[in-house]
Amino acid sequence: MIRRILPLVAGLLWASSAFAADVSLLNVSYDPTRELYVDFNKAFAAAYQKETGKSVEIKQSHGGSGSQARAVIDGLQADVVTLALAYDIDAVAGKGLVATDWQKRLPLNASPYTSTIVFLVRKGNPKGIKDWDDLIKSGVSVITPNPKTSGGARWNYLAAWGYALKKYGSADKAKKFVADLYQNVPVLDTGARGSTVTFVERGVGDVLLAWENEAFLAQREFGKDKFEIVAPPQSILAEPPVAVVDAVADKKGTRAVAEAYLKYWYTREGQEIAARNSYRPRDPEIAREYEKSFAKVELFTIDDVFGGWTKAQKEHFAEGGIFDQIYKN
Amino acid sequence: MSMQSGLVSSTSQLRAYAPTTDVSVAAPAPLLEVARAQPVTAPRNLRTEPGPIRFIIIALAIIFLSVFVVLPLVVVFASAFSKGIMAYFAALAEPEAMAAIKLTLLIAAISVTLNLVFGVIAAWAISKFEFTGKTFLITLIDLPFSVSPVISGLVFVLLFGAQGFFGTWLQAHNVHILFAVPGIALATIFVTFPFVARALIPLMQEQGTQEEEAAISLGASGLQTFFRVTLPNIKWGLLYGVLLCNARAMGEFGAVSVVSGHIRGETNTMPLLVEILYNEYQFVASFAIASLLAMLALITLVVKTILERRLDEAEVSDGD
Repeated sequence: MIRRILPLVAGLLWASSAFAADVSLLNVSYDPTRELYVDFNKAFAAAYQKETGKSVEIKQSHGGSGSQARAVIDGLQADVVTLALAYDIDAVAGKGLVATDWQKRLPLNASPYTSTIVFLVRKGNPKGIKDWDDLIKSGVSVITPNPKTSGGARWNYLAAWGYALKKYGSADKAKKFVADLYQNVPVLDTGARGSTVTFVERGVGDVLLAWENEAFLAQREFGKDKFEIVAPPQSILAEPPVAVVDAVADKKGTRAVAEAYLKYWYTREGQEIAARNSYRPRDPEIAREYEKSFAKVELFTIDDVFGGWTKAQKEHFAEGGIFDQIYKN
Repeated sequence: MSMQSGLVSSTSQLRAYAPTTDVSVAAPAPLLEVARAQPVTAPRNLRTEPGPIRFIIIALAIIFLSVFVVLPLVVVFASAFSKGIMAYFAALAEPEAMAAIKLTLLIAAISVTLNLVFGVIAAWAISKFEFTGKTFLITLIDLPFSVSPVISGLVFVLLFGAQGFFGTWLQAHNVHILFAVPGIALATIFVTFPFVARALIPLMQEQGTQEEEAAISLGASGLQTFFRVTLPNIKWGLLYGVLLCNARAMGEFGAVSVVSGHIRGETNTMPLLVEILYNEYQFVASFAIASLLAMLALITLVVKTILERRLDEAEVSDGD
C-alpha cells in the first residue's frame, strides 16, 4: 500500500510546488488577523507585481501573539512579524533577530492600524452594560482571556486599569477595581478567539471584553440580532505593531520585499483594507471616510498611562506581578 | 478526534499485552462484577444469567457506545453536510485543505515506513535474543505511550529549535527541521513508534525461535530466514501494528501542533486545520476535514476487526 501511496504523494507535492512565485514571504501574525491579511496580501501582491513585474506569495501563520513570538525565537522563518503588542516583538528583538530600534523604523510606532477594547453583549443588553463600572457589579459575568498567554487579554486588563486610574485617581484604587472585575470572570481562556467562542457559541457570560475588530467579526458571523457592541466612553488605544525580522530577511535575501510589504500598510489602499476589516485606520483622511463605522471613544495610550510595554509587562504580568496578586485572592 | 485516537490506542495496548483475549471495550466492568457474583465452582458461562440481567448489561453497553461513539460521529457528518454536498466538497477542494491532506499523507507515509523497519528490528531483537538491558529496552519502547504528546513536541523544540541544543549548527547550515516537514515527521515518529513493536513482540515471543533455527540449520542465510520464515509468520501482526500506527500518525494533534509553526497551506496537518477552521467560524469546512479523519477511524476499525480475526485464526492453526 505504501509503495502505491508514495509516488502519488510525491506527484501531488511536485504539482503543488510547480506554481511557486518569484519571491515568498512568511508573515507570522496573531489570531484575529487572518481575514485582514488575506485581503492585504492579495492587494499587495497585485501592487508589487505591477511595480516590479515580480510575483510574490505571502504565507500566513496565526496563533496566540506570545506563542507566535516564541516560535519565531525558536526558528520559525518569519520574514515579517505582525503581532498583537510591542512587547512580543521586543521579545524577538531581545534574541537579536530584530534590531532593537524596530519601532522607530516605520511611522506611528510601527503600528499601521489600531484597535481598541469594546464590550460585546447579548441582544437587548439585558444587564444594561454601558461603561466599565457596570462590569464589577455583582451578578455580571465577564468573559476575557488569560493575560498571561493572550495579547488581547493584556489590552483588556490595561484598558480596565487605565479607566479606573483616571476615574479614581490612585494605583491602589485601580488595583481594587481590576481585582473586582476579575472576580466576575468565570473562566480564563488562553486566547482571544477562545474567549469569543466561549461567549458566542457556548453562551457563557453576560459581556465579552474584545478587540473591536473581533467584536465586529463575531457580529458579522452570527448576526446583529444576537449580539450588540457597546463602546465604553473611554478605552485604550491598542497598537498592534509590525516589523521585518532582520535576521531571517537578510539570510533569505527578502529584505526589499519585506520592507515594501510593511510600507504598503501606510498607503491609501492599505489603510482602506484595514478600515474595511474593522481595524481603525491611521490616515486622517481615510479615518474620516470611515468615521461612521467606529464608535467615538476617548482613547488613552499605553505610553501615557503605563510608561510603555516593558514597564507594564514587568509590573502587571510578570511572575508575581499585580495580576498574579489579584487573581490569587 | 482525540477521543477516536484515544480509543484506538487504548485498545491497541490491551491487544498488545493480551493478544488472544477478546476484550470488550464497551462494558468490561459490569461483566467482571457478574463474573465475581458467581460461586467459584460454577462454570463461567454468562448464559446462565437470568434474562433481565443480560438485558440490562447489553442495554448499558449499547447506550454507552451510542453516546460516546455513535453520537459524536453522527454530529461530525451532520455538521459537515449541513450546508449541502456542494459546500462539503468545496471545503475539501480549498487549497489549504488539499495541502493539509497531502501533508498528512506524506507524514503518515514517512512515519509508518520508518516505524515498520524500526518496529520489526526492535521486536526481533527483543523476542529472539537474550541480552542485558532487554527489560530497559522494552520500557523505552513504551515511553511514548506514557508521555504527554505536548511534551513529545517540546522535546524536539529543545533539541532543534534555534535556541536549542543543535540550533546554532542547524541555523548556520541552513537546515530546517523545526516548523517544517522533518520536524512534523520526527514528532509523529516519536509518538507512533510503539505501535508496530508492541504488536509484534508478544507474537514473536510466542512463536519462539525453533523455525528460524531449523531454517538456518538447513543452510538458509539470515535474510532468507527472515523473508521466508519470520515474515510470513508475523505478517498479520505486522499489518495490525502498521494500521494502528497509521491511524495515530494521521490523527496526532498535540505533538505536531508544537512543532508545526502553523504556516497556512504548508505545515498544517488535517487535525490542526480542523481546529483552525473551527476557530475561524468555518464550521462546514472544519467538520468536512474532521469527517475525513472520522472515516479513517471507521476504516481502521473495520480493517482492525478483520486483522484480529486473521490473527486468531493464525494462532489456532499454529496450535494444531
